[in-house]
Amino acid sequence: MPAGSIQEGLSQAKEIIGKYPREQRFLLAALQDIQKEYNYLPREALALVQEHFAVPLSRLYSMATFYKALALKPKGKFVIKVCDGTACHIRGSTLLVEELQRLLKIGPGETTPDGKFSMETVNCLGSCAIAPVMVINDQYYGRVTTAAVGKILEDLEAKE
Amino acid sequence: MVFFKRKPVKTVLVCCGTGCLANNSLEVYEGLKKRIEGAGVRARIRPVTKATGCNGLCERGPIVKIQPDDIFYCGVKAADVDEIFERSVLNDEIITRLLYRDTSTGERVKSHRETEFYKRQYKIALRNIGEIDPASIDDYMERDGYRALKKVLTSMSPQEVMAEIEKSGLRGRGGAGFPTGVKWKQCERVEALPKYVVCNGDEGDPGAFMDRSIMEGDPHSVIEGMLICAYAIGAEKGFIYIRDEYALAIKNMTTALEEARKRGFLGQNILQKGLNFDIEIVRGGGAFVCGESTALMASIEGRVGEPRVKYIRSVERGLWDKPTVLNNVETWANVPVIINRGAQWFRSIGTEGSPGTKVFSLVGKVKNTGLIEVPMGITLREIIFSIGGGIPRGREFKAVQTGGPSGGCIPKELLDLPVDFDSLTESGSMMGSGGMIVMDDTTCMVEVARYYLQFLAEESCGKCVPCREGIKQMLGILEDICAGRGREGDIDLLLDIGATLQEASLCGLGKTAPNPVLSTIRYFREEYEEHIRNKYCPAGVCKELTEFYIDIDACRGCGLCEQKCPVGAISGERRRTYTIDGTKCIKCGQCREACRFGAIKNRGRRHEDNH
Repeated sequence: MPAGSIQEGLSQAKEIIGKYPREQRFLLAALQDIQKEYNYLPREALALVQEHFAVPLSRLYSMATFYKALALKPKGKFVIKVCDGTACHIRGSTLLVEELQRLLKIGPGETTPDGKFSMETVNCLGSCAIAPVMVINDQYYGRVTTAAVGKILEDLEAKE
Repeated sequence: MVFFKRKPVKTVLVCCGTGCLANNSLEVYEGLKKRIEGAGVRARIRPVTKATGCNGLCERGPIVKIQPDDIFYCGVKAADVDEIFERSVLNDEIITRLLYRDTSTGERVKSHRETEFYKRQYKIALRNIGEIDPASIDDYMERDGYRALKKVLTSMSPQEVMAEIEKSGLRGRGGAGFPTGVKWKQCERVEALPKYVVCNGDEGDPGAFMDRSIMEGDPHSVIEGMLICAYAIGAEKGFIYIRDEYALAIKNMTTALEEARKRGFLGQNILQKGLNFDIEIVRGGGAFVCGESTALMASIEGRVGEPRVKYIRSVERGLWDKPTVLNNVETWANVPVIINRGAQWFRSIGTEGSPGTKVFSLVGKVKNTGLIEVPMGITLREIIFSIGGGIPRGREFKAVQTGGPSGGCIPKELLDLPVDFDSLTESGSMMGSGGMIVMDDTTCMVEVARYYLQFLAEESCGKCVPCREGIKQMLGILEDICAGRGREGDIDLLLDIGATLQEASLCGLGKTAPNPVLSTIRYFREEYEEHIRNKYCPAGVCKELTEFYIDIDACRGCGLCEQKCPVGAISGERRRTYTIDGTKCIKCGQCREACRFGAIKNRGRRHEDNH
């Protein structure tokens, strides 16, 4: 995030945190909302969470690294989730990962240098009937083939 | 469904479950809605369009149903909207080309109820899925919704409710199969207050999506089940823990809770009968271990989701150390029906030890994939071959995986095994939450075991040593075997470490983690030995142990393989034959998948040794 916008950017985090009572049980929900807003957990926002819920930063760190829904590094504009659930796996999800790797030059868990694409493999999206499945920012793609991967990326580039 | 006495009003149901949405069902829904609303008085009939939950046949989506004629269209595209509207909504015509083609008979059928896929099913937990708009509490109530709640509040004591559930023999659908009524009674007996009711919607088994479908398609059935339990055990607060990945389930459940509150089914003094109960949704954080009950409770409390030792069970000390009943989504959805129709009726379905039905997600290498609900005791053969329509592309059935990463692979010798909690456990697998993944001869059992172990290695919370270190070691051995570095003695070592994990792990994740390995060794030992001794992967999956070639005798020279090859490794001449260049081949197997004559074969590395 550019330096100038940090204060401005933090106002959203403040608003999110303010919605929750100061009880430990809302910690995960607050972190998830921040993750949703910023696509990751900015350090500055974590400091606010720490203050609001009166928990040590180390606790937040352990949660951020334990739960897959949370990330400490910024994710790309388009987050590509390739399902590697069993049904997708035996229907060739590994090939999709390899194709994405070839086209984007990034591996699972990485983001392209221009910040446009992130790739992740996820366990099961519960859409096994249309395996293999890919989800890009909440849009589902079913029965994806290696040939379709390039086309999908092109469409996303064009949308920009 | 809406019926008037004289003229039936047509209802158009467009499936908007996740599977159909991925196939653009929203476009179809919007299109039909526009046409129907735009028709105004000109139309003789005024249909209602609804977005429903999942129909089960996700593979053929988007699915459109027209009631009351029970017309079932699949694979509908936005371009078909006008034709459907003109012919089937305004008029009573059937568009043959959109009808479902039965995989077993090859004929087109008008109603889904006539298909082999549906005929053998018996819907209890999925009774409303695809029939109602999940956002409409009225739809739910028209189909007996909240009648069971009224019944228990007006005419049954908490003791009677628990006795009824116990008598029904309902067992936990999350996988372990603990008797639900017994659990409620144990919790009720504990004197501490407050008590909590929790719904486990953290469906994490890869290949299982029945809970997603119920939460998306019939959220009120879960709420009603929880309410009935709250009344029975004296709880005032409930939580539904939903996997973060299930955005639509969270949305639909949130709407349902709001609606239920508005109608006075949740909140203070429910139905003026003095019951106070409300439910909160907690979003999961994306950790498989949180499906384990104590880890799930830790997560609700806002902590890292690590399980604890269960010498004190959660019915005594669960959420915030208070007595807690935790049941799975599907279990909750069964409860209202049992109350409405009685324990006797429920017992008449299924088997003596496992009454009722079970929902499975039938996926993998099978013709009809999707959600099915069948009476317990049905055989695997019936599920896979009658309902599932068998294996696609004429390939051979090899195994079916049940129970997710805690389960195992069941071979074809056991196809006549009746499906219930006890017999699946006996076979070395388990019921689990209901994922059923069919595998054919192009699935490598060693690689499947490796896949599950890798999954578990990532998901182990790391708290106890046997699980954290044991899985890692087993995974290392399996990776070696798959990469051609397998050694004599590896199988015994796997069995040995596996036994330790079963004995010494803290929670269910670690205790059951060796199952995928142990069951595949038990039934497919030769395949392991082929990998280790002959450096050969019979299924042609492990790349280091695979070399594809084209059998000249079988090849008809159609050239399909050449078209499918993503790296241009196949060359040849049409109507003659083709060859694969081994130096270019990436062993993706797409040529084999495409070949209609079975000409693409695998000779493994054995062949190199001969040279």
